[in-house]
This record gives sequence, C-alpha cells and structure tokens, in this order.
Amino acid sequence: MGIEFPHRHLLEIGPLSREDIEVILRTAANLKEILRRPIPKVPTLRGKVVANLFFEPSTRTRLSFERAAKVLSAEVLNFSARGSSLEKGENLLDTVRNLMAMGPDLFVIRHPASGAPHFVARHVRIPVINAGDGFHEHPTQALLDLLTVWERKGPDLRGLKVAIIGDIRHSRVAHSDILIFRKMGAEVYVSGPGTLLPPEREALGARVCLRVEEAVEGAGVVMALRVQKERHGRPLFPSWHEYARFFGLNRRVLAQAAEGALLMHPGPINWGIELAPELEDFPGQVILEQVENGVAVRMALLLLLLKAGEA
Amino acid sequence: MGKTMEEESLNTERFLIRGARILDPSQGLDQEGDLLVEGGRIAALDREIPVEEGVQVIEARGCWLLPGLVDMHVHLREPGEEWKEDLESGLRAAVAGGFTAVACMPNTRPPNDSPEVTRYILDRAREVGRARVYPVACISRGQEGRELAPFGELREAGAVAVSDDGRPVADSGLMRLALEYARSFDLTVISHAEDPGLSAGGQVNEGPVSARLGVKGIPAEAEAVAVFREVALAALVGYPVHIAHVSTAAAVEILRRARESGLPVTAETAPHYFTLTEEAVLDYNTLAKVNPPLRSEDDRLAIREALSEGLIQVIATDHAPHSPLEKEVEFPAAAFGMIGLETAVPLTLNLVREGVITPLRMAELLSTNPARILGVPGGTLKPGSPADLTLIDPDRVWVVTEEELHSKNKNTPFLGREMRGRAVLTVVGGRIVWPE
Repeated sequence: MGIEFPHRHLLEIGPLSREDIEVILRTAANLKEILRRPIPKVPTLRGKVVANLFFEPSTRTRLSFERAAKVLSAEVLNFSARGSSLEKGENLLDTVRNLMAMGPDLFVIRHPASGAPHFVARHVRIPVINAGDGFHEHPTQALLDLLTVWERKGPDLRGLKVAIIGDIRHSRVAHSDILIFRKMGAEVYVSGPGTLLPPEREALGARVCLRVEEAVEGAGVVMALRVQKERHGRPLFPSWHEYARFFGLNRRVLAQAAEGALLMHPGPINWGIELAPELEDFPGQVILEQVENGVAVRMALLLLLLKAGEA
Repeated sequence: MGKTMEEESLNTERFLIRGARILDPSQGLDQEGDLLVEGGRIAALDREIPVEEGVQVIEARGCWLLPGLVDMHVHLREPGEEWKEDLESGLRAAVAGGFTAVACMPNTRPPNDSPEVTRYILDRAREVGRARVYPVACISRGQEGRELAPFGELREAGAVAVSDDGRPVADSGLMRLALEYARSFDLTVISHAEDPGLSAGGQVNEGPVSARLGVKGIPAEAEAVAVFREVALAALVGYPVHIAHVSTAAAVEILRRARESGLPVTAETAPHYFTLTEEAVLDYNTLAKVNPPLRSEDDRLAIREALSEGLIQVIATDHAPHSPLEKEVEFPAAAFGMIGLETAVPLTLNLVREGVITPLRMAELLSTNPARILGVPGGTLKPGSPADLTLIDPDRVWVVTEEELHSKNKNTPFLGREMRGRAVLTVVGGRIVWPE
C-alpha cells in the first residue's frame, strides 16, 4: 500500500512527529468513508488477528477497537480481566505470553498500571497499541479528539485555545490531549479543583488556571473530563454537589468561550457533575462525532501498524 | 567452609601488604607503606616493614589500603525472602565489593523484632563466615509503628541499632519514645525519613518525570518533613539520630542547620543518589525504581556537596535485592530497590576523581564513620586492631554484567556500565575472604 509509518507501536503521543500524526489522521479521514457504506467491510486485514487485552473496565474503547478491526476483516480476540491484574496477583507477562501462543498480530492493551503497554512492548515481537494506561496516556483518544477538531476547525490549529476542565492530574486523556494539541500548535489551558490540578511545572506545557472561567474564556474547544474518583485513594474534594457548582460546565461558563466553540468529552459522562444537563443540546457539542472518529482513527492505526511491517 | 569469626584468634595466617597507599582516617594517615597481618590482627603499620621468613607478601603498589569497608545499610533478605538474597550470596557480594562488615535491615519475614530472629541471623552469619554481620532490629513490633520492639533483649541478642527501615515511623510520639528508650541500651537509631502521608502511592520523584510517566510522585518534601522531625526529636530527647539514604537538597539544608545548632544528627546517602537522577526511570525502567526515589539533578548536586562538606558522613548502599518476580512487572507493581554492594567502590571513586572528596574522606565515608555511628569495631588500621582490610585498585576497569555480580539477583540500573576501580583484596579478621 506504500504507507510510510515509522513506528512499531503506538504507546504514547510524545514520539510522534507532526507528520506522523497527519498520516494517521489523513488515513482515518479516508477510512471514515467505509463506515458510511451500506456494507461497511473491506478485506484489507483478512487473516490478521487483533488481541484486545483489557485489564480495566471499558465499553467504548474496547467496542471501538473491535469495530475497527472487524470493518477491516481482522479477527478479534477479547481478553478482559475484571478489576486489575495487580489486585488479583496475576502476572501480566504470563498472560501476555499465553496470548502470544495463540498467534495474534497486534495487541491492544488497556491496563491500570502506567507503562504496562511499554512493558508488554518490550517482551513481544508484534505491535502494541496503548488503549489507556493508568494515568499516563490514552493516545488513540487524543488522535480522535484531534480529528474531531480538524473536521470542524480545519488542520491549522495555530492560535486555537483548547480548555480542558476537570480531573487533570489523574486523567490520561488530559495528558495525551495536552501533548497532541500543543504539538499541533494550539494553546492548552487546564482548570479544575486545586487538588486535581498539576503544579505548573508538571502540566506538560499547559497553562494552569485556578478559575474555570479563565480557562474557558475565548477557547475554541472546551473539553470536560470525568472525575477519576477510582484513582484518588482518598477524597480530593468534599462533595459532588460542590464540584458541580464550582467546577462543572454549564451554559453560563460556556458563554465565555469563543464563538462556535466545540464542547467535547471523552466519556463516560456524569451528567449533572462535569456537564450540566442543559448542555446536551449545546450547538457545538460534538461528543458523538468523537465516538465515530474513534473507530476511524483505530482503523487507521491497525492498518498502519499491521501494513507498515509488510513490504 | 572457612573458619568462623570466633576462631579468628587462632588464625595464624601471616602476610604483608606491601607498597600500598594507606588511607586511615582514624590516624589521619594518607601515605605509602606496608601493613603486616598476624594472628588475625594488624601487627604493624609502617613506611617499610622488613619481610621475615615465612611471611607471604602481597604486592600492592598502585592500590589503596583502607580499613575494612562497613556498609551500614543492606537488606540480606534472610529470614523469609531467600529467593531474593540470603547470607551466603549477600555476604559474598559484600566481600567482592570490598565490605568487611554489613548492618542488615530488619524488614525480613518475620521482621527482626525479636531476639530469636536476631540470633538466627547471627547464627547464620557464623555459619557462612566471610564478612561481619551487625543486625539492625525493628523500632516497632512487626514494623507496625504502634509499640516499641524489645530493645533490651534485641541488644542482648546482638542487635547494634534499631530502624523501621522500609516502613517509616509515622507517629512522632513513637519516634520520640524510640529515641528515649534507645538511650537505655546505647542503640543507634536509624530513621527511614519519609512522611507516609506525602509519599503514599508514589512511584518516582514528583516533578516533570512523574508527570511524563503518569505515575504518582513522591515529593522531596516527604523526606524533608521527616528529616526535620527527626532533627527536632534528637534535640528534644538529646540522643543522636542517624538519617538513612538522604536523597534531597531540602534534607541537606536541614542537616546543615542541625549541624550549625550542634545537634547530634548523622546521615548517610547511597551511591545511586550522587550518581543517577530521576531520568533513569524514564521508559519505565523498574531497575531504577528505588525508595527514596532518584531525584533531580539539583538534588544530586546537593548530595555531592553535602558529602564534600561532611554534612553527610556515610555512604551506605541500601543494597536491596529483588528477583524478576518483583521487577519484571509493570512499573507501579514493581518493588522498590536496587543492589549496590558491588558497585559502591567504583561509584564512590568517581567522586574522588571528580574532586568532590579526597581519598581519605572516602575511607571515612565507607569505613570509619559507619563503624563509629554503629558503635562497632573497625574503621581503623591501628596496630592491635582486628585485621579488617580492603585493598582497592582504583584504576581497575570492569563492566557490570550479571556474571560479574555475586548477589543472588542482578537488579541494578548499572548493568552494562563500565566501572573504574574495584576491591582486589578483602580481609576479615586476618583472613583473606576475597578473592575466594
């Protein structure tokens, strides 16, 4: 197919160049057309086996990868461990070696431990896609978010202000999004309660705002995040009520955003907490477009990682 | 099996180490000379000692002769975690690294909070021979931080110090009691200085690296807060406290103020803190995962400065063996710790070569000071003392490989690195224990 993609794995946004990102997104945009066909299936990856390893509960991402693989005619092996392998004393390396014996061509891994996909990648000879690791990264989410913004705002993001609101410190989505949007020339502002914000030096180049309004003001993209309560250990804010009141997004706060601002959310959404129910019909709300683009981006990655290896 | 330590008085081995650069801080000595060992003791030390018949001569020109090195912070893992290390392998690693004595930390299974465990360790040490072993017992029963361990019985059984190493004492009231009660038995109190509330869940130094890796950080303040507490308690009780594995510039500043106030506080650091930074864990390298974590470059420089100024008086390895079961796993699940007995000498020599410390200060940091702080014999080359000696070839170049290391496990981030300097002869009680 003559596709040039110089990476064996997709573990994080950091090592990707702007050109790499553009290749992924252009491929995804092209593949999106297939999804709209009456019979959305092509034989491109026939005979390939994609193993989905989910060590953490996930609906959207797992289904999205499964759908992407099936549209391209790949076989899918689904492995899901309830809870985490750490809690069960399960040895990740053993699990992976067992699955390797079943002959997969690519691993998709979600794991509660940051760096788990990197660890697996060091021990296998097939491509690994990170589908979310601990509070490290969720690179495919960042790519689909970027694709969604491109479709609405065009590929030149210089001067665009992106506001990410919520649990920045524990969010792998925030982490990957900050990296990808900054790489593409946008300015990223983050806000949320003080206990969920990183110190400035650890914000990966994002600007940290103590007031949500300050982050949202003039933003062309506003992204809300779910509070990752399961990763907190101890309560980091007093009540949901207080969170919604001071850090949730609503029409009043979004009125500060730029004209035609997009409202995004990686899901799952807790309506009434990070997003006021009144925002469901906010004009710039593109949450379901994100979901559709997720399938396209994952198709692109399966294709690039499985086909780039073939001469 | 070689002779036990108790038999050392019967040791009739006589040998002369000739032409070494002799470094003895206890006598302020840095000069070329000869040293004669006889009957397990240092018989003579002089610029030149005539060779008598029947005396074996060890030519040591170009080498440095130090009082036997004392590592006051190792984990030998016995009893209970023998798949990681045992006294056999741990003491072989010790003597291969030039150490004639080690103080072993109490976080074994069961923890060393009873005279039975202390005696078991000492019995095993006698069986194994090689190096001297000084058990460090627990501060609290079961290292649970609630009530004091039986210091008197532990001292009687042979413990020289107490520490809850690996599990910091969270309750300041208990730490105060420990200092007060340790006075009664002249036990050295060693603090693993870490505020567990600040470090909870942390994996690496808190900062840009923890942010990049997406793992919870351990702020430098977790150490600083605890060091400040120990300094305050040492002042309150009027009894010395020794701070283990100092890793931060913030802690060094507190040590500086403690010294200015004349407080009885001593401190150690480990070679990895003056050699590596948090950058070593990028790419989720579990071999560089250690507690306290590798810190920033500013911290590393502050530790070197503190060694140079004498604010930190001891280099100890915090030798912490773990098997692939604990290390070949995803990063947050991996155990903290790295081995260090066999790389301490060349890494400390780097400080000498870079002009941070003198050779004499090196001998102080690795031998004289830890012996003094633990209150154990050693740290001197004065004639009449037990012949515990370390001969170092400062220019021997070697590469750290799994095959070169004697520890049961090879969990060190220095694998593959070229080292300069190595112990070439280790003598305990007049007996050559290394090379075997």
